[in-house]
Amino acid sequence: MAAIEIPPLNFAALLPLLIVVFTGLAVLILDLFIADKRSLGWISLIGVLLAGVAGSMQQGLAGFNPAFQSVAIVDGYAHFFNLIFVVAAALSILVALGYLGRVGLQKGEYYVLLLFSTAGMMVMAAATDLMVVFLGLETMSIALYIMAALDRKRQTSGEAGVKYFLMGSFSSAFFLYGVALVYGATGSTNVNTIGQVLSGGGQGPLALLGLGLMLIGFAFKVAAVPFQWWTPDVYHGAPTAVTTFMSVGAKAAGFAAMIRVLMVSFSPAFTLNWQPALVVLAVLTMTLGNIAALAQKDVKRMLAYSSIAHAGYIFVGVAAGTAEGVSAALFYLMVYAFMNTGAFAVVGALEKKNHIGTKLSEYAGLHGRSPWLAAAMAVFLFSLTGFPPLAGFWGKLYLFRAAVNANLTWLAVVAVINSGVAVYYYFGVIVQMYMKPAEDGQAAFPGINIATKLALTVAAAATVLIGLAPGSIIAMAISGIFG
Amino acid sequence: MQNIPLTWWLSVATALFSLGLYGALSRKNAIAILMGLELMLNAVNINLVAFNRYITPQNVTGQVFAVFVIAIAAAEAAVALAIIIAAYRQRGTVNVDDLDSMKF
Repeated sequence: MAAIEIPPLNFAALLPLLIVVFTGLAVLILDLFIADKRSLGWISLIGVLLAGVAGSMQQGLAGFNPAFQSVAIVDGYAHFFNLIFVVAAALSILVALGYLGRVGLQKGEYYVLLLFSTAGMMVMAAATDLMVVFLGLETMSIALYIMAALDRKRQTSGEAGVKYFLMGSFSSAFFLYGVALVYGATGSTNVNTIGQVLSGGGQGPLALLGLGLMLIGFAFKVAAVPFQWWTPDVYHGAPTAVTTFMSVGAKAAGFAAMIRVLMVSFSPAFTLNWQPALVVLAVLTMTLGNIAALAQKDVKRMLAYSSIAHAGYIFVGVAAGTAEGVSAALFYLMVYAFMNTGAFAVVGALEKKNHIGTKLSEYAGLHGRSPWLAAAMAVFLFSLTGFPPLAGFWGKLYLFRAAVNANLTWLAVVAVINSGVAVYYYFGVIVQMYMKPAEDGQAAFPGINIATKLALTVAAAATVLIGLAPGSIIAMAISGIFG
Repeated sequence: MQNIPLTWWLSVATALFSLGLYGALSRKNAIAILMGLELMLNAVNINLVAFNRYITPQNVTGQVFAVFVIAIAAAEAAVALAIIIAAYRQRGTVNVDDLDSMKF
């Protein structure tokens, strides 16, 4: 029997991922000894930011790729998504530091699970093998299932956990079945090899069936219509600090893996096959998300529906199927990371114990009670609407321009009409905050935790600054697309 | 073994997947839905191993993948049962039709 040969693994390539994982393990152990759980949050924050710095320093250095027997790659694309995950995780930790204590949930588990989930997302963005995509997907999802059910005293949280788990697991099964069929059609699970086999004319129909099933799995993860039923209940029922994280992180990770699979494995051989499917997903997701959001009387639930609509806008860029569309989607996800976590941070800051204080009517007169909080919320909502010169405007502009340049002008028109519909419900909140008097009995605002203030400041500053000078982020997004 | 054509294995896998899908969609008990989901994952394993044997007998990609799927299915089941028990303690039922406190 031959000696077992250990192949070179190249751990240095996955440094950001390793930092996040080891911070997670350290926090897990420190949780046993440290009574003040807030310090765990600050440790997690440092770990996440270090991972971002390490990833940035790796850029431009040669000799990393491909890592781990070409199942992962450290390219600009993976790095850009890693930064999105770092932003989402860091802002969510800051939100949690204030929010969890106020609702009586200040536990170490939140930070541990958040770090493990972030690690799963980073795996998804770097994976070049469907087996590794699946591993990352499950690492991310299993941690998120538990986080959704974190508040064991509140019924809605447990309900969110059960729904998220059942739907997520269901979609994973479809995704896996698709992967198995693609493997059968091409004889490989490597994204690049699959692309080569299919371009050379492999087993077309079987691979196409597999791609369809994989798309169902991804559509569940990014909450696209008609696979969105779980989204409002899960986002609404989960603790707000968890919703903040999963509404951005899980969506970005789903898109990261989906775009790489579509663009590397199934392009150009199958572009014409999947483009119509994505166009349909984009139209349905935008339209239903926006129309359902119109009817909401609860701001948290409204933001859940609006996050569905935003997935639809991103699908517009992906459906374009061009390098321009992909970089526009990347840019939009980065912008979305700031403005959406910001909006949920405001919801979390206003929420009281037992899930009270998220109703639209309870935002009445917020300007008088807490002018800065109202101003921050207004910035995020204007940006989500897509008003110039805020970041959300540029994000939408690049997405829609990519669609027009890919001869999908009508899709861009549908998207613009949808943005118009969205104005109605975003402005509903702004009208409540600035033009309605506060309800009787609404006590003066108790003040915001310093960590939440930091999160709001960073998110609002980024939303405004990216809006005023989008150039550098756009350049990064463009350099982040693969050959 | 080799006399059995690949399509037979795939048919069994498809049937198993469909059974699991039916169970997951029709059952009201969260535990029963979980059992349906496990069937779906096992159908995938049959596919993976069968493809490995017939398409790429020179390596073991599919078999390794199947082992990964089994391991992750176990982790998923553990987390799922914990979440279902937590929900049961909150309201004394695991019937998914009763999990409707957030309808608008």
